[in-house]
Amino acid sequence: MKRSNEPFFWSLFSAGGTISALALPAIVGTLWIAPAFGWLEPLDGDDLLALLEPPLARLGVFALVALSLFHWAHRFRFTLYDGLQLKHLFGMIATLCYGGATALTLMAGYLLWSL
Amino acid sequence: MSKSYRLYHPKWYRRRMPIFWWLRAWSYTRFITRELTSLAVGYGAVLLLVSIWAVTRSEETYEHFSDLVLSTPALVLHLLVLAALLLHTLTWLNLAPRAMALYVGGRRVPDALVLAAHYLAWAAVSVGVVWLLTRGTA
Repeated sequence: MKRSNEPFFWSLFSAGGTISALALPAIVGTLWIAPAFGWLEPLDGDDLLALLEPPLARLGVFALVALSLFHWAHRFRFTLYDGLQLKHLFGMIATLCYGGATALTLMAGYLLWSL
Repeated sequence: MSKSYRLYHPKWYRRRMPIFWWLRAWSYTRFITRELTSLAVGYGAVLLLVSIWAVTRSEETYEHFSDLVLSTPALVLHLLVLAALLLHTLTWLNLAPRAMALYVGGRRVPDALVLAAHYLAWAAVSVGVVWLLTRGTA
């Protein structure tokens, strides 16, 4: 019997759910909402680069981005199956969701590595 | 594959479900809304990635990106995204005690403690993020 890859994707979904739940509201609020209201100065390009200078910071951003993407891929996949009843497109939806998350993760890795 | 979740199986008889089945009851709609918060999670990750891409391109690219992302239409979108993210955080953290059954010395850690630890972690991470991101500009 073929071993299921479900536990692997589920663990990424779970880790991504936790890291995004803890960090994303604060990031979206500080970077894009408060400055748009004029409550904070927008983050300067040089400051952003300085923040990304330490390898640990880059690793943290990479983990956040990659795990959040796989969280989206896994959860959205099943939302499409169940919500829109697209069960016959099983393979295609899985490929698009996980494939998209993988492609963006590779881009994130490349971008953060070559800073 | 678990028994509780059945994948599509062409040869079985299936009663056709209407596409908008989840509008039939408030609890179904709430379920789908909760599941759709993953779109906000994906959006946040992608926007973060794009901002890093923009800052590595050139000064103008980053300025242009900043203008776009801080415009009024973007703010409206981002308020919706934040609402979805908060829903995600609350529903996710509230499920934590059921998702992780911790045992210390053969005794189960009370749900309230697991819950409190998660909310404490959320507060700590949020303060840390705000501190990091406003250090240079305050």
